[in-house]
Amino acid sequence: MFPIVHKRQLSDAVFEIGVSAPKIAAKARAGQFLMVRIDDRGERIPLTFSDWSAEEGWIRFIFMRVGKTTHQLSHLEVGDSLLDVVGPLGVPTHTDGVDRIAIIGGGVGVAVAYPVARAMADAGAKVSVIIGARNKELLILEDELRALPLERFVVVTDDGSAGIKGLVTHPLKELCEAGEIDEAFAVGPAIMMKFCAATTRDFSVPTTVSLNPIMVDGTGMCGACRVSVDGETKFGCVDGPDFDGHAVDFEELMSRQRVYSDLEREADADYSQGCQCHL
Amino acid sequence: MPERDPKQRASVFDEVGYGYTPEMALEEAMRCLQCKNPTCQEGCPVNIDIKGFIGAIIEGDHKRGVEILKERNALPAVCGRVCPQEEQCEQMCVLTKKGESVAIGRLERFLGDSDLACELDGRCVPAVAPSSGFRCAVVGSGPAGLACAGELAQLGHAVTIFESLHAPGGVLSYGIPEFRLPKVILDGEIETLSALGVELVTDTVVGQLVTVPELLAEEGFDAVFIGSGAGLPVFLGTPGENLNGVFSANEFLTRVNLLRAYEFPTSDTPVWRGRKVAVIGGGNVAMDAARTALRLGAEEVFLVYRRTEDEMPARKEEVHHAREEGVEFKMLCSPSEIVGRDGFVTGIVATRMELTEPDESGRRAPVCVMDSEFTIECDTVISAVGTRANPLLSKAAPELELTKRGYIVTDDDGTTNMPGVYAGGDIVTGAATVILAMGAGKKAAVAMDRWLRN
Repeated sequence: MFPIVHKRQLSDAVFEIGVSAPKIAAKARAGQFLMVRIDDRGERIPLTFSDWSAEEGWIRFIFMRVGKTTHQLSHLEVGDSLLDVVGPLGVPTHTDGVDRIAIIGGGVGVAVAYPVARAMADAGAKVSVIIGARNKELLILEDELRALPLERFVVVTDDGSAGIKGLVTHPLKELCEAGEIDEAFAVGPAIMMKFCAATTRDFSVPTTVSLNPIMVDGTGMCGACRVSVDGETKFGCVDGPDFDGHAVDFEELMSRQRVYSDLEREADADYSQGCQCHL
Repeated sequence: MPERDPKQRASVFDEVGYGYTPEMALEEAMRCLQCKNPTCQEGCPVNIDIKGFIGAIIEGDHKRGVEILKERNALPAVCGRVCPQEEQCEQMCVLTKKGESVAIGRLERFLGDSDLACELDGRCVPAVAPSSGFRCAVVGSGPAGLACAGELAQLGHAVTIFESLHAPGGVLSYGIPEFRLPKVILDGEIETLSALGVELVTDTVVGQLVTVPELLAEEGFDAVFIGSGAGLPVFLGTPGENLNGVFSANEFLTRVNLLRAYEFPTSDTPVWRGRKVAVIGGGNVAMDAARTALRLGAEEVFLVYRRTEDEMPARKEEVHHAREEGVEFKMLCSPSEIVGRDGFVTGIVATRMELTEPDESGRRAPVCVMDSEFTIECDTVISAVGTRANPLLSKAAPELELTKRGYIVTDDDGTTNMPGVYAGGDIVTGAATVILAMGAGKKAAVAMDRWLRN
């Protein structure tokens, strides 16, 4: 059992939960993820570390309420427990030899961008961060990011309610044009990562993307998370989640992410209606 | 052995075979000739005293029968169900030559089940040697790990099993369906291991959360057994393999078996329920996937295999069950492409195959028949064509010697090139059977014991 020691609502549908997990906290690295299961009838869902403390023995993750499991997670409070937390999984984001990097986070992807930006800065890189969301309410971890030693920090919203109105690719393109970055790291919705990669491709700026395919076990056993990279089938959980953004087949990724959408909506509708009695 | 009616069972996950009644067990046991030199025992990878346990049934002493079984096999109710007995002990039975061998597997299952039917206190828990003071770590709680842990515990060592999933059992838990191996049976046998003092730690991925060198240097273990299984599924390597509706058998079976997706939405894990399902492969995993697809409501399930039924590696009994339940066999077909529309599978383009004359090893190779392509319409493809080694653990133990294909190199007794580190099961041999993995686990336990005490 993993007791919940921290909970924070970051926006209407976005929450941060921290659990006590000293062993995982001691091993966590930026870019890695966890598999979480709430109870004995629950599904295993992948969630990326947003923060951890090896000293205090906790880990945190951020999620958006989209389906039944995340809905159920959002109802848990400090003092409740998660039945299973497995991690750290996946290959940590590489930070060695990075000089000038742009880190782009979109939506809940900012939860991954934050620890990656922190790890890059700790490793001595000059870090520019661009975060984006549909509107001001959906922006997360702005204060935490501002506290890091960044070269630049740009906020973008679709509707202009915070920062610049537009898309994250606009400031990214400016950085590329000015020749101010050697590489980029993008994490967020697949479509955003696709356009970030398309933007940097024109400038030959190597770009890492942190993918979020459907997963079941998270240890390489099931192959649900396979993605095509340079025409080769790779597993998101053991080969990733970081991949070369210029080589990923994003169309396929987006298509594969939708396999269970109908069933998930059905489960969530069922859960939301009978919410009280299920709990 | 009485079985559930094929039509009725093809829509439920309840076990197919009902098992013997005590009368049936006695009748079958009486067929045993109690040979002076029982050859059946030689056919058993863990060398069970088969004559002995069958003799105990004949005498009506079931308790002693269980004790004899458990001297060599910690999981008799599991092995009685999933071992390929017809190729092992039963094939060596002298009655085979005269007709039908003694149903050794079913008798083993009978005793295993009668043992589990008692509350734990009443169950047979093998004797444990006095504590050796040594601590052993076992990586993976599949057949190899469980057998190794049981043996080490009996030899007096303190054993901790580390399992990466949330439930123990490895392939017995995620891979083998309820209708072939009910969870309650598996859980019961794992409880017996706990009664031997084996500690089980789930949710721990060795290689990520803790490495093998750390288990030895920091966590205070004196020896480590690696039974982490084969791991990564192999895909067909044909165009279209990543279309929606194409699954590995591991994913499909894990959703259904481990996460109970067949009870969705009462359980939270969804599974894709195809109407026309094509399963590629000819092993037990392919049979399990095909029969599971039927139970999830598929109208048609095809088994696509590139050789003939004679060459299929699956157990004959499972092939027979699958056919009875309505799985349609498309033999001598090899998929060349998976086709789809809007990202979803619509069919398989397959080529007809024919078998060459047997080569020196007696194997007949499948070769394509020219211009024989045809399409199998389907909305689901399940690939059950094998697995390859999982790199997670070995990446975190760089000194461990591996084969070119990523499997761990060991001696006959499971000794690796790292002092105190042993390995066995699929991570050494590639995909094999439950009982072979158990045999490897036991052998390694004996080698570990010897190493620890010297």
